[in-house]
Amino acid sequence: MNQFGALSYAITVFLMVAGLYIVIARNNLIKTLVGLSIFQTAVYLLYIAPAKLPGGTAPVISAEFDAYSSPLPHVLILTAIVVGVATMALGLAIVVRIYEAYGTIEEDEILNRDREAR
Amino acid sequence: MSDDLILRVVTKILIPFIVLFALYVQFHGEYGPGGGFQAGVVAAAAFVLYGLVNGLDALRRVAPESVVETMVGAGVLLYIAVGLAGIVLGGHYLDYSVLGGAPVDGQHRGIFWVELGVGITVSGVMLKVFYLFAGRRA
Amino acid sequence: MTLSAHFPVLQVVVPLVSAPLAVLARRATAAYAIVMFASWIAFGLAIALTMQVRSEGVVSYPIGNWPPPWGIEYRIDALSSFVLLLVSAVAAVVLPYCRRSIEHEVPREQHYLFYSMFALCLAGLLGIAATGDAFNAFVFIEISALASYVLIALGRDRKALVASYQYLILGTIGATFFVIGIGMLYLMTGTLNLADMSERLAATSDLRPVLTAAAFITVGMSLKLALFPLHQWLPNAYTYAPSAVSAFIAATGTKVSIYVLMRFYFSVFGAGLVFELAVGEVLLVLSLAAMFIASAIAVVQSDFKKLLAYSSVAQVGYITLGLSLESVSGLTASIVHLVNHGMTKAGLFMLVGGAVLVTGGSGMDRLAGLRRTMPLTSFGIVLGGLGLIGIPGTAGFISKWQLVLAAMERQEWWLVFAIVASSLLAVAYVWRFVEVAYFREPSNPADRRREAPATMLVPAVMVIAASIYFGLDSSLTLGGAATAADFLLGTSR
Repeated sequence: MNQFGALSYAITVFLMVAGLYIVIARNNLIKTLVGLSIFQTAVYLLYIAPAKLPGGTAPVISAEFDAYSSPLPHVLILTAIVVGVATMALGLAIVVRIYEAYGTIEEDEILNRDREAR
Repeated sequence: MSDDLILRVVTKILIPFIVLFALYVQFHGEYGPGGGFQAGVVAAAAFVLYGLVNGLDALRRVAPESVVETMVGAGVLLYIAVGLAGIVLGGHYLDYSVLGGAPVDGQHRGIFWVELGVGITVSGVMLKVFYLFAGRRA
Repeated sequence: MTLSAHFPVLQVVVPLVSAPLAVLARRATAAYAIVMFASWIAFGLAIALTMQVRSEGVVSYPIGNWPPPWGIEYRIDALSSFVLLLVSAVAAVVLPYCRRSIEHEVPREQHYLFYSMFALCLAGLLGIAATGDAFNAFVFIEISALASYVLIALGRDRKALVASYQYLILGTIGATFFVIGIGMLYLMTGTLNLADMSERLAATSDLRPVLTAAAFITVGMSLKLALFPLHQWLPNAYTYAPSAVSAFIAATGTKVSIYVLMRFYFSVFGAGLVFELAVGEVLLVLSLAAMFIASAIAVVQSDFKKLLAYSSVAQVGYITLGLSLESVSGLTASIVHLVNHGMTKAGLFMLVGGAVLVTGGSGMDRLAGLRRTMPLTSFGIVLGGLGLIGIPGTAGFISKWQLVLAAMERQEWWLVFAIVASSLLAVAYVWRFVEVAYFREPSNPADRRREAPATMLVPAVMVIAASIYFGLDSSLTLGGAATAADFLLGTSR
């Protein structure tokens, strides 16, 4: 694997870990969702970066070329992006409802209010 | 925002081009980057821009909520109908080759209608989400 | 082509098409009718597919007529048809129950959306079991997960929102781990078709990415099947969701995730590769932890639905224990407990939903003296509880007995002792209900006898009766599970 391949994997892993850290370490519900989004974006990179073959051209059949970049991961990631958007939209909708019900979007505050209300 | 003259004039000029671009992206999905999802989002963005500048009630007059909710269901039904048409015409589910005279024509037709279904649903969903979020009392 | 050749795809498309139809219908009654008929048709299709698999072996259906491995293939074999039967049967029984149950828990103008989400969840779960393509499995996992987040958030209590949010974060992380694993498998083999992937994996020499992929898929699916200690989302999600949703998701959600894990372990990676990785030992330890710790936590709960939820975590421990034993009898025990526990929990949650409707809540204090006000419901809950313990005559006994046989086969007597000991813990938490319902006075002694409405009581009683029937005559469940286990391990590398 040449240095560009290693670089793309390194960036992927860094984004994944950064996203997971935000999900675990942040109290605010929206920040957690943002971390989740970063984590999912790293996965898109994991699929797409290896799809480009060095020396490969666009996947249109032509007589002069014999190496084509693979279009399949792009299709898969389009689907995954849509899934990610739906998850984000749903998560944000739930956060809006939580804010209306609790008055706060900090996780520890929400746990406190549940404990007090009991 | 409706008292800001520059915003109103610029959006009035821009919105037709945004809608046109959405239609372009929708129908050129086979030949270049594009397709139903991207086109749906761009089309919804045009309407959202109109709503942001002119107010939610003006947007509700242009795109009534019941129409938007119908679009959400209708697009998915269109997609499934294309799939079932493949079964009815003797092939498999989502078999485009049987939809036309030659398999290539069938493929063109199948992808056209399927992407149209996706575009309708996605623009409906994006607009509906905008209505739901923007319509809540703060 | 005859219509019966299209059954694999219609199994998923019929519930899927009922979802937008329910949205367009706008009225609660119309949406309810559409989704209920779709689920009954789906149940009929699952039975037909099981017959087809019995006579033909593996049923394969190429979507869009693109032959596998280039296209997406729906592949029904002995194990998938078993899971399809479970999911569609539970949906067919829970939907008539939904009508009265959600009247008190979900605002009326959202009922048609509830039914449409239910249909989507059902279509997603059926799709996971029917598909033979790895990425297609991920898409269906996400469809069913998103629909279940919505269904859980529709609960009455505001804690349902927090539970749904927690489940969303953990479930999405799990699904993303799963897709990372699939990405690595795709990079190593160049294909997404499960059958083709298994052949190509046999030929790869560089094993490290494959083992990493196995690790990612294991962790991802363990989050979704609530393997201890990744179970944190489950108690709140099952407790605060509407009762009908608890019944459906408790019976199907974790079970289908276990199916995915089995499918990847045995059909894609191969039993040899997976178990030399010490997966068996890790699963064994975690299953034992689940069985004991979750049962112990269940004993001290003050809300009956939460008690049942922790009991679910413990019972999933039994299923993964069978999986870790790496033998045909262990796998048979897992598969049969998958179905038996699904049945028992669905019946229990439905009965508790009836109690919630009548008494207004699911706390233990509300259920005091239930045998006076709801004798049939209390008796049904006791029968279901006996199934959770594993008393002979219930479906739970069949699966526990099979598990004990698998443990004895490996000469591990301490395991037999552990299984029996954790069942004693189950006696403790079932006794809590018996003590509250039968030996305490109701808070309002003047309450006359009032059972749940018939449309709620009849499906619940039917399911509990089925769990007793399959405890006495287990030929269908155990026979089907044995066939599936034989097939899975026989075709594994």
